[in-house]
Parts: sequence; C-alpha cells; structure tokens
Amino acid sequence: MSVMLEPNPMQIKEQKIYAQMGMSDSEFEMVEKILGRLPNYTETGLFSVMWSEHCSYKNSKPVLSKFPTKGKHVLQGPGEGAGIVDIGDGQAVVFKMESHNHPSAIEPYQGAATGVGGIIRDVFSMGARPIALLNSLRFGELKTPRVKYLFEEVVAGIAGYGNCIGIPTVGGEIQFDDCYEGNPLVNAMCVGLINHEDIQKGIAAGEGNTVMYAGAKTGRDGIHGATFASEELTEASEEKRPAVQVGDPFMEKLLLEACLEVIKSDALIGIQDMGAAGLTSSSAEMASKAGFGIEMNLDFVPQRETGMTAYEMMLSESQERMLIVVKKGREEEIVKIFEKYDLDCVAVGKVTGDKMLRLIHNGDVVADVPADALAEEAPVYYKPSSVPAYYTEFQAMENVEPVISDYKETLLNLLQQPTIASKEWVYNQYDYQVRTSTVVTPGSDAAVVRVRGTNKGLAMTTDCNSRYIYLDPVTGGKIAVAEAARNVVCSGATPLAITDCLNFGNPENPEIFWQIEKSADGISEACIALESPVIGGNVSLYNERSGTAVYPTPTIGMVGLVDDLAHVTTQSVKQAGDVVYVIGETKTEFGGSELQKLVEKRIFGLAPSIDLEVEVTRQKALLTAIKSGVVQSAHDISEGGFAVALAEKAFGANGLGVEVTITGSATSALFSESQSRFIVTVKAEHASKFEEIVADAVQIGRVTESNNLVISHEDGTTWISGSVDEFRSAWKGAIPCLLNSEA
Amino acid sequence: MKFAVIVFPGSNCDLDMYHAIKDELGEEVEYVWHDAKDLSEFDGILLPGGFSYGDYLRCGAMANQSNVMSEVVKAAEAGKPILGICNGFQVLTEAGLLPGALLRNKNLKFMCRTVELKVVNNATQFTTGYEKDEIIQIPIAHGEGNYYCDDETLTRLKENNQIVFKYASEGPNGSIEDIAGIVNEKGNVLGMMPHPERAVHDLIGGSDGLALFKSIVKQWRETHVSHA
Repeated sequence: MSVMLEPNPMQIKEQKIYAQMGMSDSEFEMVEKILGRLPNYTETGLFSVMWSEHCSYKNSKPVLSKFPTKGKHVLQGPGEGAGIVDIGDGQAVVFKMESHNHPSAIEPYQGAATGVGGIIRDVFSMGARPIALLNSLRFGELKTPRVKYLFEEVVAGIAGYGNCIGIPTVGGEIQFDDCYEGNPLVNAMCVGLINHEDIQKGIAAGEGNTVMYAGAKTGRDGIHGATFASEELTEASEEKRPAVQVGDPFMEKLLLEACLEVIKSDALIGIQDMGAAGLTSSSAEMASKAGFGIEMNLDFVPQRETGMTAYEMMLSESQERMLIVVKKGREEEIVKIFEKYDLDCVAVGKVTGDKMLRLIHNGDVVADVPADALAEEAPVYYKPSSVPAYYTEFQAMENVEPVISDYKETLLNLLQQPTIASKEWVYNQYDYQVRTSTVVTPGSDAAVVRVRGTNKGLAMTTDCNSRYIYLDPVTGGKIAVAEAARNVVCSGATPLAITDCLNFGNPENPEIFWQIEKSADGISEACIALESPVIGGNVSLYNERSGTAVYPTPTIGMVGLVDDLAHVTTQSVKQAGDVVYVIGETKTEFGGSELQKLVEKRIFGLAPSIDLEVEVTRQKALLTAIKSGVVQSAHDISEGGFAVALAEKAFGANGLGVEVTITGSATSALFSESQSRFIVTVKAEHASKFEEIVADAVQIGRVTESNNLVISHEDGTTWISGSVDEFRSAWKGAIPCLLNSEA
Repeated sequence: MKFAVIVFPGSNCDLDMYHAIKDELGEEVEYVWHDAKDLSEFDGILLPGGFSYGDYLRCGAMANQSNVMSEVVKAAEAGKPILGICNGFQVLTEAGLLPGALLRNKNLKFMCRTVELKVVNNATQFTTGYEKDEIIQIPIAHGEGNYYCDDETLTRLKENNQIVFKYASEGPNGSIEDIAGIVNEKGNVLGMMPHPERAVHDLIGGSDGLALFKSIVKQWRETHVSHA
C-alpha cells in the first residue's frame, strides 16, 4: 500500500526529489543514462546512497590513490572490510578505523556505540577474532554543558558497547579544541587476529548460490545514514535523529560468535557486514566484487516493523546484520549455527550471472540495476584546491617563544589542559582487561596486547595532532604518522602498517580540499619512510557546523609487532639511580603547541619541522636499544614538550622522582614541541651500551627516591621543582574537575 | 580436578576463566553451553563474568532461567565448589544460592581498575591460600557491583563468617560494609565482583588471584584423597 505514497519516476525527475536524497542533477542524468530509463523511487534511493561520499569516496578517491598500500607483509590492502598484515606463524593482524562523527554529534551515546559496533563487524566479517578496541575523539573545550554532555555520552556509548561485547578498549587519544564544538569526532578502531586460512572476502560468486541474511531484524532506523554523513551539520540536523542507528551489543556478541563458527564451514562463499547503506551496499558490493549479480526477494527479509517498503528495507542501517553467500544446498548447516545463538538466518535470494541487482517485493520487481553501476561507477570528482590565505601568512612568520614568567606554574597549567591531562576518568569506564591479554594498559605510549599461545604481542595506538596539520598539512601529516610510530617503538614494537580516518570539512571548499590533498601527501611520505603502508581506513568529510570546519584531522591508527614480550617497555620510570637520557635536539618551535594555545589563546605560525630521515634513524636506534634489553622506560616528547613528558614519566612510578639538568633557553627547553625526541631511562650499568646504540642520546640526570621533579639549567638555576604528587594531582584531577564529577 | 565454565549467551569472561584453569593451574576444564542438562561429570563449577542476555533485564535474571541453572543448584546442594565472578555473582544471587543483590555502582558508571582487597575469611575452601587479612590486588570491571542486603542478612553474614573479601581502601562501588565477595552458609558457593581470573600472571597485571584457584584445587584433592 505504502508504495502508492512514493513519487513516480516522472515526479522524481520533475520535482527533483533525488536532490533531497543528496544526488546532484548531473548524477541523476548519469543514472538515467545507465538505466536507459528513469529510475523509480527505490532505485533512486539505491544510487543516492551508494554514490554518497561515505560509500563511494567520489571526492576523495583521487587523494586516496596516493597512499602507499603495499608492503611485504600486507595480505589485504584497502577495499575489504579491514586490512590484513602477516605477523608470522600462519597468523595475521586485521585492523581498521572508522568515523561515526555525524551520528555522535546528534545522538552521542548511540552514535558512538554503533561506531564501535560497526568497526567490530568490519573485522569479524573478515573471519578475524576481534581482540582490542581503540578510539580517537575530538571535542570542543570542556566549558559548555553541551560539550560536557557530548563528551560524557560518547565515552558512555563506547563503554556500553565495548564492555558488553567483551572486547577490551585498550587505548586511544582525546583532544579538545574549539573547532570541534559543534562537530565532535568519534573514530573507532578495532584490531583482530586471524589464521591465514580463515581469511574471508565479501564476495557473491557462483551462479545459483544462496544469498542469506543473518542477525538482527531490519527496522526503519538509520535510513539514509550514509547520505546524512555526507552533508554538513546544521541546526536542522537534529531532525535527522532517526538517521542515527541504535546499537545492541548483546546481539552483536551472538552474531560475532556465530560468524566465527560459520567461517570454519566450507559451505561459505562470502560474508559482508551490512554497514553504511545496509542491504544495498553489502549486496551490490558483494556481487560487483565477484563479477556476478544478486536477486533478492525482500519479502523474506526479517523485519522488525510491519509495512516496510523496499526503499526502507534497502536503505535501513539497522545494526548487527550480515549478508552471507552460501553454496546452494548447504543452507541448513549455516542456519543451524545461527540457531544455536537464537539468531535469524534466512535465504533471501540467489547469485545470478547477469550482474544485476534485482529486488522483488510483494511479487513485483521493484529495482533492477547493474551492481557495478552502484558499487563501482559513481562519478569521481577532481575538486579544485587553493592555498588558504592563512597558510601563506603563517609560513612567513618567525618562530618565537611565548612569554611566560613562572615555569612551574606554567607546567602545572599545561598538565591541567584537558588534551594533556590524565584520561583516567575516561578509560576507567572501559573494560581494558577482558580477554586477559592486555600487557600494557591505557595511559602509556601505546597499548600492548599479547598474542595468546605465542611470545608475541601487538602494540597499537591512534594519533593525530590536528593543530600542526591545520598550520601546515604536509608537515602535520608526516608528524601524525611519525608520532604513531614513536609510540609503537617506545613500547618495544616494530611498526607494521596504518589505518587512517580522514576527518575534514566540506571538500567543495577549495581550501579544505587543499588540506586533504596536502595532508595525504605528508602521510604518504611518512608511510614510505617508516615502512608502514596504509591498509584501510575511511573518509569523513563535511565535518562542519554552521559553516565552521573542524581542523583537518586525518587520524592515524597504527599497529606494531612485538616479537618477544620481554621487549615490552612502558613510559614510567622504574628504579632510583637509573640514568635519564634525552634523544633529539630541541628548537624554538611553538606553532600549534599547547603553550601557544595556553598563552596566546589561538594557534598560528609554523608547525614544528620534521626530518623523516632523522626520525627513522632515531626510531631504529631506540628500538634496537629496547630489544637489546638495556632500556628501562621510553616515552616520546609530544604535546606540552619536554617538561610534560618528563612529568608523565614520573606519574606512573610510585614514590620515585626525577632530577635533570638541561641546556638552552628555558621556555624552549621546557615546552617547545620539536619533533623526533624521546626521554629514556637506563640502568647505570647499561649506560655505555645504550650510548653505543643510540649515538645522539644525551645524559641529563637520574631517577631519584625523593619523589621530586626537579629541572635545572646547566648554570645552576632551578627552573622547576616540586613534588611529583603535586604535579600528578593537578594532572589527574583536571578532567573530573572540569566535569564536576567524581574521578 | 575437572571444572565447568558455564557459558550463557553474552558471557564474555569465559575465555579468561578457561585459560586461568588450563594454562596456569593445569587442571581439566570445559566450556558448558547454557542449555546443558547434566553437570555430574564436573568437580567444580565456574560462572564467568560478562553481560548474560545483555543484562537488559536485571543483571543475571535471564541467565537464571537457563536449563543449566537447576544443575548448578544441584551441584551446590551436593557440596561441589561453585564460583561466580562478576556477572556470575549476580547470577548466583538471582538463583538464591547467595543472599543479597548487586545494585548499580554509586557513581552510576562502569569502573575498570585494580583495587586492594582484604581477605576477611581465609578459612573457606576458596581462600586457604591466603593469610587472614592479607591485602591482595585484584582487578574490578563492573557497572553493577554495589552489594546490598538487609540488616538481618548482614548480621547473619557476619555471624557465619560469610564475608570473604572486602574492599581494603575506600569501596569503589558503594557496597554495604565494602563487601566484595561472600560465601553461602555451607561455604561451597563463593560470589565476588572482583576478577581473580584476571590476576593469574605477572604479564597481565599481577598474580594475586592465583591462590584462590589453587585453594579450590588443594581442598578438592585433600577431600578426595582422604575419601579414597
């Protein structure tokens, strides 16, 4: 009956109804040409969602093609649910990061929760057992009730989903800046383990094979979610709340266990998550990738509500659903597995040889379109780009030190900036230990999760300093990858590969598109230098609220391999008497720094410079030292500079202090954010061996029993002195204090 | 000694429990799906943590309706050691095998951290490996671990020495008298919110939980040798 309410093809064209679905005039003309006729309402929906930026990457493809995606260990690059890298012994690591920004801006709990749910499905649809979650979050300053609400609810949503499904949330990062006030960023990453022989693909091959639908029933939630994700947020976005899906982690736990049983069956041909664009993307992509077609009868789709139209079923983004292709005649074996978990698994169609996606509903063919046209033939746009005026202005600036008077006061102040402050309030809400494999828990440079049954581990981190990227996208892009690698190396691991989540503003704006292009150039260069290819990721554009774009934020998720768990190293100092070293020279570099933001209330100037050759040499030397067993603790110097990094090293150790003597001008020596620097502690008896391996390490002091943090100048002046407890309580208390909430 | 790890839909610490027994104790252990109708072959029953049935109803309430629970009750009556951790503790209170209930944490948030526990009673078959009043480090991870019972029950728990573990420093979740774990009157059913199975190896954050599992096995061996 409801079909009668849908506009007819003539009306769709004349009243430009396709435009409401996010399709342009020229795109509609392309569809008309492909079909040789006007599309009906359902077909218009299929094209609009598959050709949205979120599904087709039509605006970002020319940029994504620049990324290095190959490497000797890469088993699966971009294009499937998640990328895969070999870790030896017949095992591989599977990982991907994805954004859920727009839903989280509107409905933060469910937006964040379903972001976690979606990325977990991407990983287990490859046949992998998810073993860890991370997340990278961006919010406005914790000043307004709205921002506090978004922050608290996003954290609760991540916790609610991850804790229930039983995958530890082991790491991540959070930064706060005004530009994210109306458009927070929620990027979730999942890491899984797989045996090579279990690797699955999302393909619908073999004419006559059966297409099955498994998992939760389809409802009217999330219709056009992918299209919604491909527009700017406005005040009217609140009305799109129905485009936000609702998550059920219990259902996903069952689906996860059932799917991991199903992949052991040789009756299985292909499996894919119904993520963005739900049934449409999974069916069209599986058919297109395999070079076949799919015919589905929507009457058989398990439905949560009555009277759903074909359009609604195809565009629903109800969560916790999978599309499976099974050898004809063997459906019963698969159904039995799902039945054990009380899950629906029903045949909804078959693989055809004609490469069409054909949909039948109530006895009528309601859509009949080429699968390739949906999955592969979206237009690709080469957007104009132009250098923003601000960049030219910043590049002409000199590096200057912000003016400060009291160094200790400044350090205390920096430690209380929420971007630097302890994130304990957040990660204490995440179950980071379930599966009893978390060797390094949240709060160190990278988390480390052991590979059960071996002596190996996986180090993982997410990183992106978007302020540097705003100031200088090429340099900032390099830094994002280099910093991720520093964190992995400091934990005792060799970087393997990265996934990225490219969060930007509206690409129609040439200055935004310039940011996308340039940061991709920087990322690519660093990936090549650090031998860490891009094995997957996603693109989230239109991150704007009422005309203001977020800082360009291409978040990097990196995984590294610890080949012997004895190499695992953390950032905290270990023992009184150990020698403290700094590696890397400090320059006067404050563009985009925490100190600049604190003192000047804005960021400007040059991003810190980075020399990738130096970076690589230093990382290799430090890793060699760690692997040779002479390093007690290692930490990279990042936001807030040397003084903050040194304080952080003391915070994790009970009762120990650090006393160091350094050179140079105080403000730069203490707070500059020069790149490629580390602070390392080494047992006194290993000092000479360490110095042999890391030639440019400089001894600056000792770990003490005094519980004091003392930083002096070589001329004898004490710049900063105070008890570690004093600094620690400022650092730990900052976020709970801003939220007026208990720690 | 042969253990069963009961798996409800939504259990998620079953793997941890299984490996604690198998890898660290070297005892026999099997996963048992919630529809099992016979537990007679097992010497000890472990109810793991997690979110059985999503905990969408009261925690543990749905799991208590599973087939296997009548078998768990039977095993309890037969005097077999039964250990419920976290969600498993919640299931045991729902089943009436332990008194009281677990409410939402006082700060209304899920909390994951390592806490200090005090071994209040080291005379149970689960705690002989500890000193009395020993302070041990055990992780917690729960949203509803705030133990509550009425005054009468509390008096009885004290009189019978049924309080086994208390939070040593300030209780994290609001539990009455900082109670973290209790046994039944007979002493063969232990429920606790903290996760000893997460503290069985120094690599993953301490090994203070190991003595609990070793105590169970030791007791079992002693009684089964003496009866032989």
